[in-house]
Amino acid sequence: MAAPTLPTGAEILIRSMEAEGVEIVFGHPGGAVIAIYDEMHRINPSFEHVLVRHEQGGTHAAEGYAKATGKVGTVLVTSGPGATNCVTGIADAYMDSIPIVVFTGQVPTKMIGNDAFQECDTIGVTRSITKHSFLVRDVRDLAATVKKAYYIARTGRPGPVVVDLPKDILAARAPFRYPDSITIPGYSTVGKGNSGQVKKAAEMIQQAERPLFYVGGGTIISGGAEKLTSIARRANIPVTTTLHGLGSFPENDPLSVGMLGMHGTWYANQAVQNTDLLIAVGARFDDRVTGKIEAWAPHAKIIHIDIDPACISKNVPVDCPILGDVSLVLDQLDSLVEENDHPEWLAQIDAWRQECPLDFERDGALRPQEIIRAIRDRTEGEAVVVTDVGQNQMWGAQFYSYVNPRSHITSGGLGTMGFSLPAAMGAAFGLRGTGRDVVSINGDGGVMMNIQELGVAAAHGLPLKVVILNNSFLGMVRQWQELFHDERYSHTHLEPTNPDFVALAKAFGCEGLYCDDPEDIEKTLDAAWAVTDRPVVMEFKVITEEKVFPMVPAGAATDDMITAVFSPEDCA
Amino acid sequence: MQEASHFTPQQLFRKQAAGESLHPDGEDAVHRHVLTVLVENTIGALNRVANLFSQRGFNLESVTVGEARDPSQSRLTLVTTGNDRIIGQVLKQLHGLIDTLEVDDVTHEDHVERELCLVKIRCNSEERASILAVVDIFRANVVNITPDSLTFEVTGPTAKVNAFIGLLKDYDLSEVARSGRVAMRRRLAFEH
Repeated sequence: MAAPTLPTGAEILIRSMEAEGVEIVFGHPGGAVIAIYDEMHRINPSFEHVLVRHEQGGTHAAEGYAKATGKVGTVLVTSGPGATNCVTGIADAYMDSIPIVVFTGQVPTKMIGNDAFQECDTIGVTRSITKHSFLVRDVRDLAATVKKAYYIARTGRPGPVVVDLPKDILAARAPFRYPDSITIPGYSTVGKGNSGQVKKAAEMIQQAERPLFYVGGGTIISGGAEKLTSIARRANIPVTTTLHGLGSFPENDPLSVGMLGMHGTWYANQAVQNTDLLIAVGARFDDRVTGKIEAWAPHAKIIHIDIDPACISKNVPVDCPILGDVSLVLDQLDSLVEENDHPEWLAQIDAWRQECPLDFERDGALRPQEIIRAIRDRTEGEAVVVTDVGQNQMWGAQFYSYVNPRSHITSGGLGTMGFSLPAAMGAAFGLRGTGRDVVSINGDGGVMMNIQELGVAAAHGLPLKVVILNNSFLGMVRQWQELFHDERYSHTHLEPTNPDFVALAKAFGCEGLYCDDPEDIEKTLDAAWAVTDRPVVMEFKVITEEKVFPMVPAGAATDDMITAVFSPEDCA
Repeated sequence: MQEASHFTPQQLFRKQAAGESLHPDGEDAVHRHVLTVLVENTIGALNRVANLFSQRGFNLESVTVGEARDPSQSRLTLVTTGNDRIIGQVLKQLHGLIDTLEVDDVTHEDHVERELCLVKIRCNSEERASILAVVDIFRANVVNITPDSLTFEVTGPTAKVNAFIGLLKDYDLSEVARSGRVAMRRRLAFEH
């Protein structure tokens, strides 16, 4: 026994996480990581551990925490099934550039490859959905590996990092020293943009007659939203945002044309199709934005500011690429873009806005849009809204009218049903003490996919507001079936398998409320907002037939947008 | 399909920049590219590079890998095909890997390329002389001989190896093992 006082790998891991400033860990114990949980019990570390009820919920909670706070989310799970249950969350974080570090247990080094109990090639499985991954093979590398993992997750274009920890490494002992700095030879991050390119961009902006900002989530991640707002207002350039860009520019500003793309506003898409200069900021020209790419923004020169070189000219070749941190590049642009006005262009956009506004019918039936609007009024736009995937996501994006960065969280790239509830829980943990409301908006399909986390939110007394827009269907699939598959509603009817959501909420220790009449929306919200010590589940029995409009059918040209069917004569 | 004249100037620019043909029936400008990549010599690095190609749907014709000058690094030579846009993506995505230290597209640079090939031919003593006459022209070496077979080693640019194998098709070719290409710029970086 040469040095019995040296810490074990498990303790080194915990000490490293403390040194990294981790505040909260979403985890689930198991055989391969039992040593870490044992040390946690002994040490009582400076971070909080939240026992989630499914590892997928844990990864989404870490994502929600990261999106709401701008910090790195942390997940700790066991080997084999613990790791594979995280795969969806890791893939989600990869698509949406969310910084999370996932620590997975692994069988002892000597047993790797022997099909040991709860063994899975975690590194292999997650290789194409992580920014980077590490298998720790020597306890002396552990502390530096933790530092590298957080550094890689946080910097550049953020993303998920997996650290696989064999059980024998956690038991082995080594001296602990958390490195002050680390070197990763193959990894560098970009800062400012090339000044020549920035100057060229400023000139293009100055000369454009019909410029348009196309703003993505990168703007919010880099903290560039305020600078963007100041540039847009100074030069009077209208702004459209992507789904992840919501909140980067206040939607109540007259220059805002809302979201673009498949379910964007008609006027935003008209602006895209007619602009002569598209200024893409931290956006990646996703197919849900562009539709049929050859027909998209046909008259526009394009400036593209992005931190990821692989994103530039990936889908659409651009005229003026600027590689750099969006916030720093906007700083550079800020000093070059002069005051300007485009009265004709803005008048044209206003005319489009009048021609086909974003609206819904009010005929006494309970419609989801009206509920979102009511929540918006109740929270005065200051809540953090976490939407699931499908119709609820699009209504949540269209009708909340976001004004603050980091106030809208959703699963955009991967489109993961079951994201909202655990992500909202993670966001609520991150925002405890700030007084900000966290609202989780779900459909009756997605909410069931991670419903187990309701118990966790209840146990921690989080005042989550969980909205279930229950239309008894997988609504978005139903919408496509209705519009493009001759109303063949194949396996989208959920009523036979839906639970009693109010009873379910109560069973989890939450408050449960039910509403099926537009007259009762306010009363329901009153009751929900009166509860402050536990989650409230509000089931809204909305009409099944309501669809998300306007819509560009998948793969169609943006010019072929379908506008709301209830008022076709109002729209082109 | 749209005729070229129906595109706006911006659309024409984008199509040309993406290396796409303006006419639907035109030749797609796909070229073969030789890339050299320096990666950290770790267990996962080669895996990550190979995985990138399947993940992103890029073509990968051949890969060679071995220790670089510094044994803590590996050097890969990759042969891939695609139009300019795809090759641009391949290069950027390779750069984006954390383990990648250098990525170089040597296709249009002055470079040397070699491939090693082992060939085994089933033959009797009467055929031997004529086979040896052929292989002499290619400066192939006999690396093994048995009463019923001959094994050669030939080194050279891929075209030479192809030609060599092509000529031996007339004989009873029993086995071919090719290394895939390795490539290197002719000059030092500071010389050009």
